[in-house]
Amino acid sequence: MLCITNPLFVENKRLQLSNSQLKWETFFKRLLIAAGAILVLVIIGILLTLIVESVPSIKASGFGFIWGKVWDPVENIYGAYPFLIGTLLTSFIALIISIPFSYSIAIYLGEYNQKGWLSDLLKNTVELIAAVPSIIYGFWGIFVLVPLIRDWEIKLHILPYGIGIFTASLILAVMIIPYGASLGITLIRMTPSPLKEGAYALGATRWEVIRKVIMPYTRSGLFAGVLLSLGRALGETMAVTMLIGNTSAIPTSIFAPGNTMASVIANEFTEADHPQYLSALIELGLALFLVTVVINLIGKRIITKATHR
Amino acid sequence: MEPRIGTRNAKSMFFKGIIVFFAFLIALPLIIVLLYIVKQGITQVNWTFLTHTPAPVGEKGGGILNALLGSFILVMVAAVVAIPVGIAAGIYLSENPNTKLSYWAGLCVDILQAIPSIVVGIVVYFWLVKPLHTFSALSGSAALCLMMLPIVIRSTEQTLLLLPPSLKEAALSLGVPYHRVMLKVIIPCGFAGILSGITLSIARVIGETAPLLFTAFGSPFISASLTKPMESLPHVIFTYATSPYDDWHDLAWGASFILLVFVLTLNIVTKLLTRKWKIQL
Repeated sequence: MLCITNPLFVENKRLQLSNSQLKWETFFKRLLIAAGAILVLVIIGILLTLIVESVPSIKASGFGFIWGKVWDPVENIYGAYPFLIGTLLTSFIALIISIPFSYSIAIYLGEYNQKGWLSDLLKNTVELIAAVPSIIYGFWGIFVLVPLIRDWEIKLHILPYGIGIFTASLILAVMIIPYGASLGITLIRMTPSPLKEGAYALGATRWEVIRKVIMPYTRSGLFAGVLLSLGRALGETMAVTMLIGNTSAIPTSIFAPGNTMASVIANEFTEADHPQYLSALIELGLALFLVTVVINLIGKRIITKATHR
Repeated sequence: MEPRIGTRNAKSMFFKGIIVFFAFLIALPLIIVLLYIVKQGITQVNWTFLTHTPAPVGEKGGGILNALLGSFILVMVAAVVAIPVGIAAGIYLSENPNTKLSYWAGLCVDILQAIPSIVVGIVVYFWLVKPLHTFSALSGSAALCLMMLPIVIRSTEQTLLLLPPSLKEAALSLGVPYHRVMLKVIIPCGFAGILSGITLSIARVIGETAPLLFTAFGSPFISASLTKPMESLPHVIFTYATSPYDDWHDLAWGASFILLVFVLTLNIVTKLLTRKWKIQL
């Protein structure tokens, strides 16, 4: 810096060049900082927008919003309880269905079969499941899964809706399996081999090593995988919207139609004519945002801890 | 007393069987869905389908040209913004891992990745649709851009962290200014990794429907205007799939097939690119 500002050297062409380079360098560094700052601003903007726009609804119904059992836009009564139940039911049923699959994939690819074409094939299959857009799952569900479920319901003597919470959960389960599985694979492979070898040396069978060494070692990581898939399930919109049946009543059984927070927003946002109606939908969005973000951040925190010990 | 080794071995084999069964059962839904879409869709795809706008209900023929062009424009505009910003933010995060801003920016990337796509749609509605008083392609691109950003940023950051520091040190010690080191040495070296992040992010957003519902909305006409509503492949599938007409269902199957081909191709390209770079996306 000193020699550049020194008038004696200004004549020197190389220094003039480096002077302009220096300006570019500062400009480039500022550009990078700006890109980082934009991210923070975007998130603050998203949060502020959601909060500001849901203020009318918060003012009008307060905490009763969460526990209100009636959602009636005609009468201007907004209670989110039916959607809360719908969201929790679909997500947790999907989670329960998906756990045996994602754990099995994680154990198989992480321990039994780590390399080779078969392992690659299965790994690519799991990645493809995550790649197929949710709209395609929903479309397929309407035309293939719904008639199938309807036939089963007739055989079981349940009201044959076809669409409903269970149907949506089934598709949701398939969609979230890759999230838990791919994390599980990485974590199980990170189990230190001296631990496993020690157990084998003591005469443990393969299953006993998995059950008593690998699973306890990776428990928190696998739990984080479950959290991440839960976050995915809560926010998933299109496939659920197409399969859940869209009624604002509290679902009476897991085969009954219902609505989730995401699906009610997708269905009613463009037709919300009353300011409070719109605001109530945004409050649902705000709740969804907060819940998924918190779940994801906790999951990420656990993963960082599990991978850096 | 411990059970005998025979029973323990049998138990081990039994559980292995269960795990293998569950692990491979997952391929079943994928194969069924893919085969069904291909079977229903491939018969719909022909030259008219790709080069015409949708016909009115009851008329034969018609295609999805408006949705194809719309998806292309929406994703391109989103990518033009998301790629430079994403790469810049990725470089910042990998170069300054310990500043306060990078901690918060990293947290924001995680949050951005976690936001449900429908919420992105709501937010962009208030940012661009309401002030402009119309659904527009621009707002749709903005929503897709927000969804692309975290993937581009994370892939850039992780690729750059994998590069040996000696590369940067050698360039700097030759007296090359910082921005030229980054643009001419570091980015070209990590190009495949960054590119894989870009293809993956495009593969993710090309099938996104939820953020487009309240932003780009959809339109039956071909239009290149960014301030007018624009059709897109996933949105056309949604409207036609939920309609009661068989003709429209057929169009939707065809559109699903095309979308699936796009998504799978982009994913395979990503796979080939990441083969060299062991990055986790």
